[in-house]
Amino acid sequence: MRRLSQLTPVAVAALLLAAWEFGVRAAAVPQFILPAPSVIAVRFAEAWADGTMLRHLVPTVTEVTVGGLLGGALGLLIGVTLGLSGSARRVVSPYLVAAQSTPILALGPVLVLWLGPGLTAKVAVCALITLFPVAISTLVAVRDVDAGTLELMRSLGATRWQSLRYARLPAARSGILAGARVAATLAVVGAIVGEWLGGTAGLGVLLNLARGSLFDTPLLFADLLQISILGVSAYGLVLFVERVVSKKIA
Amino acid sequence: MPILQVEGLSHSYGERHVLRSLSLAIAAGESVALLGPNGSGKSTLLRLVAGLLTPTAGRVALVGSAAAAGRPEVGIVFQEPRLLSWRTVLRNVTLPLELAGESLSNARVTAEAALKRVGASGLLDRSPAEISGGERGRVALARAMVRQPSLLLLDEPFAALDAITRARLDDELPELVAGAATLLVTHDVAEALLVADRVLMLGADGAIHLEVPGLRSLPAAERRAALLSPDGAARQTRLYAALDSVSHA
Repeated sequence: MRRLSQLTPVAVAALLLAAWEFGVRAAAVPQFILPAPSVIAVRFAEAWADGTMLRHLVPTVTEVTVGGLLGGALGLLIGVTLGLSGSARRVVSPYLVAAQSTPILALGPVLVLWLGPGLTAKVAVCALITLFPVAISTLVAVRDVDAGTLELMRSLGATRWQSLRYARLPAARSGILAGARVAATLAVVGAIVGEWLGGTAGLGVLLNLARGSLFDTPLLFADLLQISILGVSAYGLVLFVERVVSKKIA
Repeated sequence: MPILQVEGLSHSYGERHVLRSLSLAIAAGESVALLGPNGSGKSTLLRLVAGLLTPTAGRVALVGSAAAAGRPEVGIVFQEPRLLSWRTVLRNVTLPLELAGESLSNARVTAEAALKRVGASGLLDRSPAEISGGERGRVALARAMVRQPSLLLLDEPFAALDAITRARLDDELPELVAGAATLLVTHDVAEALLVADRVLMLGADGAIHLEVPGLRSLPAAERRAALLSPDGAARQTRLYAALDSVSHA
C-alpha cells in the first residue's frame, strides 16, 4: 500500500498506458473501436506534422481565450457587485442560481441561431459557461471576508474602494481563483460543444470529422488527447496567474 | 485641553445596555487602563472612541472634535493582531500610510522606523504566518503607531500570548508607546497597573466604580518590584476586590 502511494502520477500513467497497449494487442481489439496508445501517438504526431491539428487548434484556443476572459471578467464583476451589496444579492441571486441550473450547453443551438455558426456563438457559449463558477465563487469569497479585517480597514479610514482593493479582493483571491480553475476547464468544454453545433474548424469539428466522414478513430483519440492537453494548459495558466497575483500583492 | 473627552456616553445593542452615562478624560501622553468584567462595555468604549460605533447617547471628543472612523490621531490595536496574511510584515505596517495616499517609498521608510521602535526591525520581509504571536503583537502595535497618533487604543492586545511574552511586552509597552496617550482595555490587574497612570474599574452596569493610580510613571526597571511592594499589593487587592464586587453586582 505504501509502495503504491509512492508511485508518481507519471509512473501511474505509464502503467495504465502499458496495460492499455498490452490489453488491446492481446485481445486483438479492432483499431476503429479502440486504438493502442502507440497508434494514437503516431497519429497525433502525423496530425501535427501535416498541419491538421494546428489548423483546428487555433480557433478552439481563440474561443477559449476570448470566451474565458470575457466570461471570467463578467463573472468577477457580477460576483464583486453581489458580494458587496446585500440588496443586489437578494434581488439577483435567485436568477443567478436559476441560470446556473439551466444547462448552458443546451442554449448552444439558440446561440448559434442568434449569432450564426461563426466565432461569436462559440465565444458566447464559452463566456456563459465560465461566467457562473467565477461569479458564484467571487460572490461567496468577497461576501465572507473576515469581519475583523473589514473593521481594521474602517479603523484605518479606508474608503469602500480601498477596502475592496486592499482587503476584500486579496482576501478573496483563493476563492475567486478556485472558481477560475473550474472555469478554465469548462471553457474548453464550451468551445468543443460550440464547435459541434456548427463550423468549419476547431477541435470539436475535428472530433466530428474523425468520427464521421473520415472514420479515423486514431485521429479521434489524438484529438481527445489534444483537448485534454488544452484543458490542462488552461488550468495550469490559472495556477500560474494565481502565483503571480500572490507575489504581486505580498 | 484633554486629548480625549467622553461625556455622558451610553450605548446599547438592541435592548442590552453596555455603557451608561460614562464620562472620562485623558490628557495628552497619559495612559489609562480600563478593567471590568465581561460585557461591561470596555471594547465597546474603544470602538465608540475609534468612531467604529455610534453612541446611543453622549459624545466623544478627540482633540476637540467629534470621533470618526479612520482619524489619523487615533491608532487601535485589536484583541487579535489582524495582520493581512497576504502582505509582508513591512507592507502590513505601510498599509495605513498607503491608505492615506503616501507614496510607497515614503511609507516604507516610516514603517521601517515604526518596526524598529517596537523591536521588530528584523521581520520586514517575513510573512505574518512565519512569525511568533509576540512578534505579531509588536507588528500590530507598529501599524497602529505608524501614523504617529496622539491616542492609542489597545483592546487586550496581548491577551492571546503566553505569560512570559506578555510580561515582557507589558514591561516594554510604556516606553514603546511613549508620547502617545493610551487607553488600554484588559482583564489583567497587574498589566493594568504596570502600563497605566490611572486604572479605572468599569462595572457590569457600564459605569466607572473605582480609580486607582498606576505605576507607569516609575522607571521601567522598578515597576515590577513596585507591583510586588506592599503599596503595589494593596492597589492590586483593591482592584481585585472591586472586580469581584462589580462582577457580582
